Amino acid sequence: MIISGLAFYLFSIIAVVAAVMVISARNPVHSVLYLIVVFFNSAALFVLMGAEFLALILVIVYVGAVAVLFLFVVMMLDIDFTELREGFLRYLPIGLVIGLILLVELFVVIGAWAFASDAANQIAAPAPPADQVDNTLALGRLLYTDYAYLFQAAGMILLVAMIGAIVLTLRHRPDTKRQRVAEQVARRPDEVLDVRKVNPGEGI
Amino acid sequence: MEILWNDYLWPTIVIAFFTVVVIVVVLMAVAYTTYYERKVMGAMQLRQGPMTVGPFGLLQPFADGLKLFAKETIIPSGSNRVVFLLAPMLTFFLSLVAWAVIPFDQGWVLADVNIGILYLLAISSMGVYGIVMAGWASNSRYAFLGGLRSAAQMVSYEVSMGFVVVSVLLCVGSLNLSDIVMAQSGSWGFLNWYFIPLFPMFVVFFISALAENNRLPFDLPEGESELAGGFMVEYSSATYAMFFLGEYANMLLMSAMLVILFLGGWLAPFPFLEFIPGVFWFFLKIAVVLFVYIWVRATFPRFRYDQLMRIGWKIFLPFTLFWVVLTAGVLVAFDWLPGSA
Repeated sequence: MIISGLAFYLFSIIAVVAAVMVISARNPVHSVLYLIVVFFNSAALFVLMGAEFLALILVIVYVGAVAVLFLFVVMMLDIDFTELREGFLRYLPIGLVIGLILLVELFVVIGAWAFASDAANQIAAPAPPADQVDNTLALGRLLYTDYAYLFQAAGMILLVAMIGAIVLTLRHRPDTKRQRVAEQVARRPDEVLDVRKVNPGEGI
Repeated sequence: MEILWNDYLWPTIVIAFFTVVVIVVVLMAVAYTTYYERKVMGAMQLRQGPMTVGPFGLLQPFADGLKLFAKETIIPSGSNRVVFLLAPMLTFFLSLVAWAVIPFDQGWVLADVNIGILYLLAISSMGVYGIVMAGWASNSRYAFLGGLRSAAQMVSYEVSMGFVVVSVLLCVGSLNLSDIVMAQSGSWGFLNWYFIPLFPMFVVFFISALAENNRLPFDLPEGESELAGGFMVEYSSATYAMFFLGEYANMLLMSAMLVILFLGGWLAPFPFLEFIPGVFWFFLKIAVVLFVYIWVRATFPRFRYDQLMRIGWKIFLPFTLFWVVLTAGVLVAFDWLPGSA
């Protein structure tokens, strides 16, 4: 158990340090790379808690897709670093207030566990004990039975967001050349080829 | 002291020993994959391939490796030094770390975790960082274009690959790689393997694997005729060697995934051949898949980038989505769902 304790402190210290580096690194690309380190260490913390499914989904979705797109955008942006620094003090109070609110909310959630320890039994469908089923199965059973409607609703919200993003960025440009594979496949040699007999020494 | 030895030190020594064994085997396999590729390409193009170093040129991979490591490492002055050096290391590290969950034979696996296939997907989805970081840190337009192309390409093809994996998982009912192989065992030999009922997914997975590994006909991130080597343009010597080894190890890994998901892993193709150890079959199947990789390379011209994206998003994604629904529907309709009892 000492090892898992040490591992917890190792991962959480790296996560916190990397999180600080995300906002203090000079280069935005470095910030994104530090953000990836944070994601990765959070995944490791999930593994320590025995939630290996969540850990790997975190890595696949956030590290494998979301952060790649972040990096993609940040690398393409032409950012003036000094200009970016200027607003730092101006936005600091707002940032601190948001951080404080999140901290208070965390205290409320964790406090609920500490003060009313039987609150976990009041929810509609308690998770099956971790030692009986592996957590992929446990999550699947909860998501697709008791929480099926909420799961569907989350999917619908994501769908609406996706359609919104597409509508916002879709532009019809009439001068773009498009490849129509069906037309190319349907083309026959006798429609487009004209075979002629050319005598030597004469042109066409 | 006893507890420290029994619970911590001895297991650490054992796992370290087996890790070294797996790494050595994978690196040897990578070395001879390059040899295999050159020989097969040679035969397809009426050449002989490597001939002079050792009998039949068998020592050629080591000569190439020594040559690469003996050269000077050049770090461009305009590059972002740390990221520039980190990128090849990350690629190499990720290509080796994935082998921890690959079962070479019944029980021959470093970590028999029950979410092995998700672990493989996670590791292969992180492979893009080595390339993007290399492209950005080189501070060169060619390298940057290669990195951007690779990022878009790998993210696109991962989606359809994920759906292929889901359709296999529906048939198996487990995310454990050994369970996936064992679900394909039976008295019918190779007729039990999943490449027959899931044949379209088998093809989609193979083509996505080509794209995921940046292999021809999808090697646009490297594109030597237009990008002069893409993200690897500024790399030399050991850093280049790490990219090269990582790329070939990833190729082997994708072949191993294909073998485990569709070709029955270590299982013998005919029941009367079961006396031959499974690890032989596993590597033989990988060699067959690699042959197809090389065959494709020798046959097809490179795709244009918009064609690559069209295949990924407009053909593979809808098709795999449809096939996942179809697989689930058939399994439920005929009550074939594993573990539903």
